[in-house]
Amino acid sequence: MIRNIPQTKTYSQGFKLYVGLYFVFLFAPLLVTCVLAFNDSMFPSLPWKGFTLDWFTGHGPIRTGIFHDQINLDSIRVSFKVAFFVSLLSTFVGTMAAFLFEQEDFPFKQLLFFLMLAPLVIPGVILGISILLFSNTLGVFFETRMGLDVGLFRPGFWLVVLGQFSFITTIATLIVSARLKKFDPTLEEAAMNLGATRFETILHITLKFLRPSIIGALAVSFLMSFENFNTTLFLVSSQATLPINLYLQVRDGSTPVINAISVLMIGGTSLLALANLYFSKPDR
Amino acid sequence: MNKSMRWGLLIFILPVLVWLLLLIVLPQVDMAIMAIRADNEFGETGFSLANFRVFFSEPIYWRTFARTAIFSVLVTFLTFLITMPVAFYITKVVSPRFQGFLTVLTLLPFWVSELVRVYGWMILLRESGVINHFLIKSGILNKPVELLYNDATMVMGLVYTSMLFMLVPLLSVLENLDNNLIEAAYDLGGNVWSITVKIIIPYCLPGIVSGSIVVFMLTLGNYLTPNLMGGKNGLWFTEQIYNQFIASFNWNQGSAFGFLLLILSSAIIWIGLKLTRQSLGKVVQ
Repeated sequence: MIRNIPQTKTYSQGFKLYVGLYFVFLFAPLLVTCVLAFNDSMFPSLPWKGFTLDWFTGHGPIRTGIFHDQINLDSIRVSFKVAFFVSLLSTFVGTMAAFLFEQEDFPFKQLLFFLMLAPLVIPGVILGISILLFSNTLGVFFETRMGLDVGLFRPGFWLVVLGQFSFITTIATLIVSARLKKFDPTLEEAAMNLGATRFETILHITLKFLRPSIIGALAVSFLMSFENFNTTLFLVSSQATLPINLYLQVRDGSTPVINAISVLMIGGTSLLALANLYFSKPDR
Repeated sequence: MNKSMRWGLLIFILPVLVWLLLLIVLPQVDMAIMAIRADNEFGETGFSLANFRVFFSEPIYWRTFARTAIFSVLVTFLTFLITMPVAFYITKVVSPRFQGFLTVLTLLPFWVSELVRVYGWMILLRESGVINHFLIKSGILNKPVELLYNDATMVMGLVYTSMLFMLVPLLSVLENLDNNLIEAAYDLGGNVWSITVKIIIPYCLPGIVSGSIVVFMLTLGNYLTPNLMGGKNGLWFTEQIYNQFIASFNWNQGSAFGFLLLILSSAIIWIGLKLTRQSLGKVVQ
């Protein structure tokens, strides 16, 4: 059963086989997607017709690779911009929230804490439509009462950022809180006894201690934002993010360009995830 | 000193309040208000339960709703069954040297966008897909079969998408499970089955519950996987919401559906917590 308990051969072999199959199940779709990005064929399917980089570097007219595909390049740029703002905003507010819930005491703290957790149990689609509705309500209000036309309240870039921010901040809060819990408060007390103000202490002592978790929160929020689909779906305008744009293409048929984009995404996210794993190790 | 403490509280609480109030509380309230308003026969908008009446009187709506709920429970259960042995293998069976490596390996695919993963399954399973290619080459089939667009494939896709969210909490509870407990039970004559049921599952309950909540919630609210892998005649409830909002432009009806989905997810999570005597605050830690 466990390492130091002897088991029959069939049992341990069977267990190994099961875990092996699990890993095949886990990696098969990703592997096939990557391999077929390099197939010299008009469709992302077998048989194998030879190796090509056309779906990356080709520049038309029959095969336009991703590096020359303006629509997809634009959506990648939009996704990067959204993820940049979402990760900064979420990590900033998430760190504030971590300090609030770990170090401060105030009435209705428990209630606010549950409210902070709420985005975890609200489906992303619901967050998307409720924010769409509310921004529309605000937009109508400002227009009829004050004659102001506020672009922020219409579907578009900033509404996507806000929609993703609304639940990614919860994740950022939990990541930073987990480390703040392990902080030794006597360090802060010592600094304050030596004459530092609260904010000097936070800046020089606590934030230094929190750095791995802040980097972790930034990386996780960036990835979550980059791949978000459910909430974004209701808030985008013509400036589609990459997942939305890919969805439209996958729905209407597919070309190996999608595989090429997938290769880039798999490579990029793996690098970021591994880098995060390495840098956020507390005792490096 | 005391004064600066108060200032600290104010600075920390302000952004948090703005976030929760403007992006969570008020939008949900607005959605609830929208849901109980509808046009009457004179074209005026007022308070009405018509949107909910439509839901209960049109079988297509409540059937989709029930279907989504039942399939989500099934997906949650299957995800648990599939990932539990893997989590156990990584934490307790494999030699500690490979433990870290295997953990990273199991988590890595989930950082890749859900869309890429679903797309991978599509090119594997569809009529001109890779699996059909091999089945025909090896002579098992003589004509390709469409493996996509049915409920079984959709459930598999949803399980695949959710596995991470079950694995992470399971790995962390199993990490803390003392091996001596299992050894003692084994010495006292327990076998694999009785040890699993009487020692391991009860010990892992907090992890199982927290994983199940997240998996259930994500499955219920999923749009991508049912839409791309599911059958054309079996909708997911989020697709109904999308249709009301984007295709029919009936925001009141859509809000009512959204509200019902929210009630359903909260209700099932609440029942799950009560049945297993856990609390939400404890479970997310």
